Amino acid sequence: MHTAAGVEACLPIRSDMDLVWVRQHVRQAAARLGFGLVEQTKLVTAASELARNTLVHGGGGQMEAVHVSSGGVHGLRLSFTDEGPGIADLDQALSDGYTSGNGLGMGLSGARRLVHDFDIESTPGAGTTVRVTCWAAQPPRPREEV
Amino acid sequence: MSEAYSRPVTGHVPVLRLGDVLLVTLQGDLHDSTAQQLQQDLAETISRTGVRGVLIDISGVEIVDSFLGRVLAEIAAQARLLAARTVVAGMRPAVAITLVELGLTLPGLSTALSTEAGMELLGQQAPVTRPGSPRQESP
Repeated sequence: MHTAAGVEACLPIRSDMDLVWVRQHVRQAAARLGFGLVEQTKLVTAASELARNTLVHGGGGQMEAVHVSSGGVHGLRLSFTDEGPGIADLDQALSDGYTSGNGLGMGLSGARRLVHDFDIESTPGAGTTVRVTCWAAQPPRPREEV
Repeated sequence: MSEAYSRPVTGHVPVLRLGDVLLVTLQGDLHDSTAQQLQQDLAETISRTGVRGVLIDISGVEIVDSFLGRVLAEIAAQARLLAARTVVAGMRPAVAITLVELGLTLPGLSTALSTEAGMELLGQQAPVTRPGSPRQESP
């Protein structure tokens, strides 16, 4: 389901094969929106971490990619949704080194550092949604006094 | 403009033997299961052949996430237990920047900027023939 010239899409996350499609879609969408190579690499890496969380901890779900823009700057917003067991303690889940599985415990906290905006909602027993946004250029900041 | 996605790598990654070193070239987007299969293949091949080094060329790898980072670290750790050294060669600058920001500095991993430098680090001649150097015969 591709719209908006290959940027917007809703992709299932059901197997490690799907993780490959998620990474490839995010890379292509970010390139199309004018992301530099380092920003592309960071966003694809963050997407890979979050999609794996959706698969491993959430029991599968989906990623939705949306094109956003602000003040002429293009961005990509990715939402990872699952209907898994949810996260009881978000603060703990977001801390470095905390792992509930067999990973290094860097997935969630690391992904947060790789993107510009990070937002997580989780309801125990109902599922988790993680929304991240990356901008092709840093959002404009107020000009400093000369 | 080409819309084709690059074909994901599934199954086995080829492991080549060059003298006393196993050479693995990772390219494109790896399945989790392919990375885990490689980890197992390498342990078995080191044990069977008794090589002293493993060189993993990741110059064709666009991203290393915490999963692949962990697999690389575990390959190095298990190779060490099997009396072999591991060098990861050719990491892209954007991958290095991202790994550090991710919090994954992989302190146990030896690195080299190129396959050639990696082979030198492992005490082997580089696989490419250089002027004046005799070609290495693989057994």
